[in-house]
Amino acid sequence: MADKRTTVDDAVAELRDGMTVGIGGWGSRRKPMAAVRAILRSPVKDLTVVSYGGPDVGLLCAAGKVRRVVFGFVTLDSIPFDPHFSRARENGDVEVTEYDEGMFGLALQAAAQRLPFLPTRAGLGSDVPRFSPHLRTVRSPYPDGEELLAVPAQPLDVAFVHLNRADARGNAQYLGPDPYFDDLFCLAAQRRFVSAERVVSTAELTEGGPVQSLLLNRSVVDGVVEAPGGAHFTTAAPDYGRDERFQKHYVDSAKDPERWPSFVDRFLSGDEAGYRAEVDRFAAEAVA
Amino acid sequence: MNDVTRAEIAVVAVAELFRGDGEIVASPMGTVPSLGARLARATFEPGLLLSDGQAYLVDGDGTVEGWQPFRRMLDTIVPHGTRHVVMGANQIDRFGNQNISAIGEHSRPAKQLLGVRGAPGNTVNHRTSYWVPRHATRVFVDSVDVVAGVGYDNAAKAGAAAQRFHDVHRVVTDLGVFDFGGPDHVMRALSLHPGVTTAEVAEATSFPVETAAAGTTRMPTAHELQLIREVLDPEAVREKEVRS
Repeated sequence: MADKRTTVDDAVAELRDGMTVGIGGWGSRRKPMAAVRAILRSPVKDLTVVSYGGPDVGLLCAAGKVRRVVFGFVTLDSIPFDPHFSRARENGDVEVTEYDEGMFGLALQAAAQRLPFLPTRAGLGSDVPRFSPHLRTVRSPYPDGEELLAVPAQPLDVAFVHLNRADARGNAQYLGPDPYFDDLFCLAAQRRFVSAERVVSTAELTEGGPVQSLLLNRSVVDGVVEAPGGAHFTTAAPDYGRDERFQKHYVDSAKDPERWPSFVDRFLSGDEAGYRAEVDRFAAEAVA
Repeated sequence: MNDVTRAEIAVVAVAELFRGDGEIVASPMGTVPSLGARLARATFEPGLLLSDGQAYLVDGDGTVEGWQPFRRMLDTIVPHGTRHVVMGANQIDRFGNQNISAIGEHSRPAKQLLGVRGAPGNTVNHRTSYWVPRHATRVFVDSVDVVAGVGYDNAAKAGAAAQRFHDVHRVVTDLGVFDFGGPDHVMRALSLHPGVTTAEVAEATSFPVETAAAGTTRMPTAHELQLIREVLDPEAVREKEVRS
């Protein structure tokens, strides 16, 4: 059976300029941050980023990687706004496709099911169709005759998701409270990479949690990356919660263009091992 | 009960939003809405289902009674309509349109906010109320910059599918309780909180609001005050959200 283990940099090396990239998780929760950091290190640009947005979106915007964001929100949960995303929007640096949260899920689901669109009420009467003039409505062929919004499929070139456990073949497991939309991101994408806190034997997956926690089977995964701390500073409960002190440091640095370069120097200029070492040092400073 | 704060009155006003809702999911956003929903559940509306803000539905004592991750919420709870959400609002207009997306031109906003989030879907699928901790002209505007939550005029323009389950119920602020029962579904005052004058409301709202028929928001009962102060919010976080 195929061993799909790879490195986060090799996975990201598959990206090409202009690709559409799906990023799993939700807000500042179980984001594939190791993959995001690898994208920051790579030369790729002009990405369309599809995300229930958190710091992934802000960081990629700040690094000039993004042409368009497809989103329903960008938030850090315990802190409402990501300063980088705000600045990118307010400077007009990125284009956006702004959907209702439910529409966003349907766009992935339509792509996953190889359908051209899925109908919904969500979006009708709002400014979502005004800002996205490509959207069309569809009339029910049944006697009710309701005219609904037809959310077009949102296929992805590449999807990155971060789960708690995976085996080397790409079966992957979430152990926290919420699967988010990670399976849909993978089903909607041509190439699918899962990073995990730990890569374990297949038998250890069901030893560690109920079978319903096996969110991804190997048919929808092309590459497996072992990335301990790979969701940091977002939560990957129960392995770890959100690093609120670090998130606040990120926001304080991002707010101030004078301070941001030193954050980049310290945390984002090296590889993932360097990032983890600096995060450990940052945590030790709080205790000292 | 002279020492009752404006925040405590607002908590009870929010609790009243849920009266009669029965076994539906209450989704309060913000401190006062959360306290209001929990107060309603602990007193006159025991059937309410409450989220922990993550993926669980929880009893008053924290016992998990259900699983409701984000995808289930968006796939089934919202379209099924068994929900009453109390959202915040950066802007609201006289027809109940709400904006949490961005201030200014959408293509290049003066201020980026959260995004439309679930507001478009919520407002055309189930009962929606709003909580505004500081009633001011910058919130109650002539026209919202982005229609995230759909108001009565835009629901009507969008047609029958948008109107079928559209139900923008109430707005609770630090000054009073409002609905959209005026002519052509314009906002009107149902009650002003004790001590609030019609002049205050007029001054803090960019459009005219009918206040003539408004009563006075009821005071908390002794039991409600005890629950708020000793059980639901002993740290008095509510007082940080509402000025007295």
